[in-house]
Amino acid sequence: MKVRVSVQLKPGILDPQGKAVEQGLHGFGFAVDHVRIGRLIEMDVPGTDPAEVKAKALAMCEKLLVNPVMEKASIEVL
Amino acid sequence: MRVAVPVFPGSNCDHDALHACGTVMGWETIPVWHQETRLPENTELVFVPGGFSYGDYLRCGAIAALAPIMADVKRHADSGGLVLGVCNGFQILCEAQLLPGALLRNESLRFIHADVHLRVERADLPFTRAMKPGEVFQVPIAHAEGNFTLDPADLADLEARGGVALRYCSPKGEIGEAHVPNGAMNGIAGIVNLGGNVLGMMPHPERAVDPKLGPTGGLGMFRSLAAAFARA
Repeated sequence: MKVRVSVQLKPGILDPQGKAVEQGLHGFGFAVDHVRIGRLIEMDVPGTDPAEVKAKALAMCEKLLVNPVMEKASIEVL
Repeated sequence: MRVAVPVFPGSNCDHDALHACGTVMGWETIPVWHQETRLPENTELVFVPGGFSYGDYLRCGAIAALAPIMADVKRHADSGGLVLGVCNGFQILCEAQLLPGALLRNESLRFIHADVHLRVERADLPFTRAMKPGEVFQVPIAHAEGNFTLDPADLADLEARGGVALRYCSPKGEIGEAHVPNGAMNGIAGIVNLGGNVLGMMPHPERAVDPKLGPTGGLGMFRSLAAAFARA
């Protein structure tokens, strides 16, 4: 099954990249706020049970994909 | 004195570490490829070098923390052995959970190379014992992700237990935001674990030890290690 893991910096963690992009958007006249930059990881995970596949993805987040000091993830089974 | 320097694909300060420990200090210094599963017998210090291990993919140090050699580095650390991580080596030790916290992108978003001043906050460690508390020394930094971060409760714990070993400061030793090059919380340049045997730092003491190459502000740390080994 196709799995999409979205990794975001936790609230309160400084995101200088997001800030730079926000300033860039302001330069084009877009009135945006709180721009945060994350990472999107897509993969094929063997299995047919969405709950089971999601549990596998969660284990991957804990082992490698996410650093809990600064990041949080949301998992989508497509 | 036997030093092991783990070498990952993308390490580029391994030769600085080998030069400082081997040529300058005269210690037996052995590069160890990341695929190895054992450190050399009787390794006393593991020097995790700087660089861009695994191209900084995913997060700086995240993939290197999973390399086969790291299991033995953890065993070495758990049994009280000394581990020094510099720059990317610090990032690797954080990702391997040998040290708390994480290194984010510099506040300025820029790669910074500069000489900085550090204040010794802990002079009782094997890495600092030849220096005095509050002593200031100058060493270079060269990094894009050195912005030390920890959640506020854990940061308070780290400070309370004396986990901050080195702090960025002015040449006179004054602390303050103006002297922090990268946005690191509380001006933290280097931290130490509870046992006092694992130290991670963003600046490069190993690049400031050879008078033929320039200033030697990093020598204090190497003399400290020499004293620690002499005593052991």
